[in-house]
Amino acid sequence: MASTEEIRSGLADIVNEVAGIPADDVQLDKSFIDDLDVDSLSMVEVVVAAEEQFGVKIPDDEVKNLKTVGDAVAFIEKSQNG
Amino acid sequence: MSSTRVVVTGLGTTSPLGGDIASTWEALLDGRSGVRPLPYDWAEQLPVKIGATVAVEPTEVLERVKARRLDRSSQFALVAAMQAWTDSGLDEYGADPERVGVAVPSGIGGVQTLLSNYDVLKAKGPRLVSPLAVPMLMPNAPAATVGLYVNAKAGVHCPVSACASGNEGVALGIDQIRLGRADVMVVGGTEAAIHPLPMAAFANMMALSKRDGDPTLVSRPWDVARDGFVLGEGAGVLIIESAEHAQARGARVYAEVLGAGMTADSHDIAQPEPKGRGGARAIVAALRESGIEPGDIKHINAHATSTPLGDLAESLMINDTLGKHAQDVVVTSTKSMTGHLLGGAGALESIATVLALHHRVVPPTINLDQLDPAVDLDIATKPRDLPAGDIAALNNSFGFGGANVAVAFASA
Repeated sequence: MASTEEIRSGLADIVNEVAGIPADDVQLDKSFIDDLDVDSLSMVEVVVAAEEQFGVKIPDDEVKNLKTVGDAVAFIEKSQNG
Repeated sequence: MSSTRVVVTGLGTTSPLGGDIASTWEALLDGRSGVRPLPYDWAEQLPVKIGATVAVEPTEVLERVKARRLDRSSQFALVAAMQAWTDSGLDEYGADPERVGVAVPSGIGGVQTLLSNYDVLKAKGPRLVSPLAVPMLMPNAPAATVGLYVNAKAGVHCPVSACASGNEGVALGIDQIRLGRADVMVVGGTEAAIHPLPMAAFANMMALSKRDGDPTLVSRPWDVARDGFVLGEGAGVLIIESAEHAQARGARVYAEVLGAGMTADSHDIAQPEPKGRGGARAIVAALRESGIEPGDIKHINAHATSTPLGDLAESLMINDTLGKHAQDVVVTSTKSMTGHLLGGAGALESIATVLALHHRVVPPTINLDQLDPAVDLDIATKPRDLPAGDIAALNNSFGFGGANVAVAFASA
């Protein structure tokens, strides 16, 4: 199981690759859309890359609930533990 | 059609010869070839292992995140459009977006995005297909990308006609301005089809040269030893606008674009009509729309791709349409250096035509060691000066599907 910080750090690298945001700016309280330039199509890229990296499934219905980096980290942690 | 005068005020390119207009023009006048061994592992298994790849990778120019959201064909178009827009001065002038339009087609579209995503689909399943694939691969993506960059709201168009597409973009631009639909049109074409599937397909239809040896000697329009074209890639973009609009903002004018002729062979899906009659009708139509006579034409940038039939047909049509004046025309094929950019060809060659009028010098056709005796043209094999005074020039483009587009330009 990855730690919260490991998941945040992994997501940060993905967001950096997809949207060009410095990885250090990708913190738990940041909104993907408002703070990190991740539009709806890029969000799908982030989700699919996160699924690959963390070995979880993030259903399409769930993606709209993942507003912040913290939301995504929490969902991935829960999925890994579930 | 109104008689609105239309002028060329900006130019941009990324080509096999250079990453901008200055380097490309210098290479054209120097007679340098952009044909090289393909730097890709996949080329090993192909019957043709050479191509005219761009001199400067677009990822060296565009921001990484911007580039990864664009097909290579859109990357080229954007790089060329950024240069042309700046060159025209419209970036600082601040044109009315609702009077700015775009016509930037490609011949084949986002084929690299399509095929790379198909590879992903087969290897990893549908979940991994990019959510950006559709806006990247759609044929109008380059035009839309350019339109977003220049904030064009008068329409963003993609008139596809295979290897005549770039010229058709210019022709549509003229029409849009003369119909009063726009004051400024960003026109041209782009192509990024150097990929194993299009390469194999063009080779299998016997369109590509299979000549061995020095790659720079392979593209040889009108030479007796020509045996097919060399696939190139890149984009060309021109800013054209009504003379009134250009004058009001004190724009520098490279040349005037007089008019175009567009016809169809209705003969064969791929082969040119052997007598060049469709192309001849396009030239006649371009002269008529432009209000000029055969004797006004002093230069032609020919389509001449280095194929046995096409190069010959073009010689016939030039002689049929210009008659005794054909021998007063300095003809060249810049494809001898750039290879064939397909949908980008008409655009890059329109730029070469405009610069030839602007600088009064025609770039050479290289590799013309022994002229095909059936070809009756005055072909520049070294840079050739054009006369002073009011002169006109033609750019010819022909495409699979039987498309023929001739565009006429005049010295400013």
